[in-house]
Amino acid sequence: MTGSDPRAAVARAHREEWARVVAALTRRFGDLDVAEEAAAEAFAAAVERWPADGVPDRPGAWLTTTAIRKAIDRIRREQRREEKHREAEVWSQDATEPVGPVEDDRLRLVFTCCHPALAMEARVALTLRLVGGLTVAEIARAFLLTESATARRITRAKAKIKGAGIPYRLPSADDLPERVTGVLAVLYLVFNEGYLATGPDTDPVRPALTGEAIRLTRLLRTLLPDDGEVTGLLALMVLTEARRAARVDVDGRLVVLAEQDRGRWDAALVAEGHRLVRERLAAGVAPGRYQLLAAINAVHTSAPDAASTDWSQVLALYDQLVRLDPSPVVALNRAVALAEVDGAGAALAVVDRLGDALDGYHAYHATRADLLRRLGRTGPARAAYRRAVELAGNSAETAYLGARLAELG
Amino acid sequence: MQYLMTVVEEFLPGGLREDPAGSATSSEAAAIDAFDDRLRAGGYWVFAGGLDAPGTATVVDRRGEDTVVTDGPFLESKEHLGGFWVIEAPDLDVALGLAAEASRACRRRIEVRPFL
Repeated sequence: MTGSDPRAAVARAHREEWARVVAALTRRFGDLDVAEEAAAEAFAAAVERWPADGVPDRPGAWLTTTAIRKAIDRIRREQRREEKHREAEVWSQDATEPVGPVEDDRLRLVFTCCHPALAMEARVALTLRLVGGLTVAEIARAFLLTESATARRITRAKAKIKGAGIPYRLPSADDLPERVTGVLAVLYLVFNEGYLATGPDTDPVRPALTGEAIRLTRLLRTLLPDDGEVTGLLALMVLTEARRAARVDVDGRLVVLAEQDRGRWDAALVAEGHRLVRERLAAGVAPGRYQLLAAINAVHTSAPDAASTDWSQVLALYDQLVRLDPSPVVALNRAVALAEVDGAGAALAVVDRLGDALDGYHAYHATRADLLRRLGRTGPARAAYRRAVELAGNSAETAYLGARLAELG
Repeated sequence: MQYLMTVVEEFLPGGLREDPAGSATSSEAAAIDAFDDRLRAGGYWVFAGGLDAPGTATVVDRRGEDTVVTDGPFLESKEHLGGFWVIEAPDLDVALGLAAEASRACRRRIEVRPFL
């Protein structure tokens, strides 16, 4: 008995143990459906029993045992016992084989949910449900879908995992780097959807999603502590999250980095992000994309005010990033730094070359508009702002761009 | 598990392939033979075959009273089935790895689909 508030204990166990319970049951029964339902039933049982019986000493073990019992009950109920046993045997044989560098069922679960043979939106929904423990209703709300559409998406993904034989094991050493990249893409997408929520009538930021993405990335870091990109993504997320309160004003309008009240940044998250970036620098390994983005954010968050930003350092990091990822979006972001180092004219020349690739991207027009404005070319600036407003999906960005346009008269 | 790996044959305006039937070139055929040997050696091999051009296909329909025979493929499209392998693999990861080798050997895209 821990003597803590039972309701808080259940909530805490849900955060800390959900993925472990689902993962353990998936391994044991070889079926994500069974695992998901039994885990949900076990937590429902905890809600009922812990207030009466007290919180168990080892909540995770209690939940796993209860979930296993529920799963066995269900399998008996459905009278498909032999079939399930056979499947469970197949997977438990796999489990005794030597696996990759890390032995954790949760990691297998993450790799299964983020398998490249699943569509990106299916990976996202499945990861949030099975690893994150979000309800179907919560996922639906976060992505502006109906509950039935979300449930269908998850059901279809589970059916493909089962039908196509997507394995519940760690990728081979050869595949591992690529597969980790795939997992990070899912987590970054969840984070960005929270941070730059789309939809004209939605909150500009959805902290539930950014928070969940950070929590899952922290989990991944405990499972893969030596992967620089996992650490890099976590650093990038916390340094971005640190600025959340300062990023949207009371009217729901975006506040750009240069105009943010830096006193409102979350100092603890900034410190954590800087510590993670330093850890990667100390590792002395060539940084990947997320580590470079994190380092850029570390430079920004190290400056006491916008004017003292070390732009040449930012530009140098973007130069490195362009070498890794020569995409037009990265080139656009580099141009923003270039404007601070070499002037708006030099940056505009670079940006104008990206028009073919980025004409449908609001940030391209917003960046161009800002450069044109700084060069005193009001007419073209106005046209570019108008185009950016048309294309922006986030309500805070739309409000900010509209205000900039109005300032030009 | 058994998987069907199908070869996606593409015809683009002006003709993508040297051979109008879409047959493999001699260097592709050699690479495919080497891949087949590797499937056999690894215990993955079940069956495989290459298909003639879609123009040689005939569609038969006996859902009604009469047998209706139609010349040509069921679907006219720029992409069609060029050939296939049936393989035995423990899971999708292994199948996808083999499909990547198959794609490199025949220089075409491969669709992987599990049997029921």
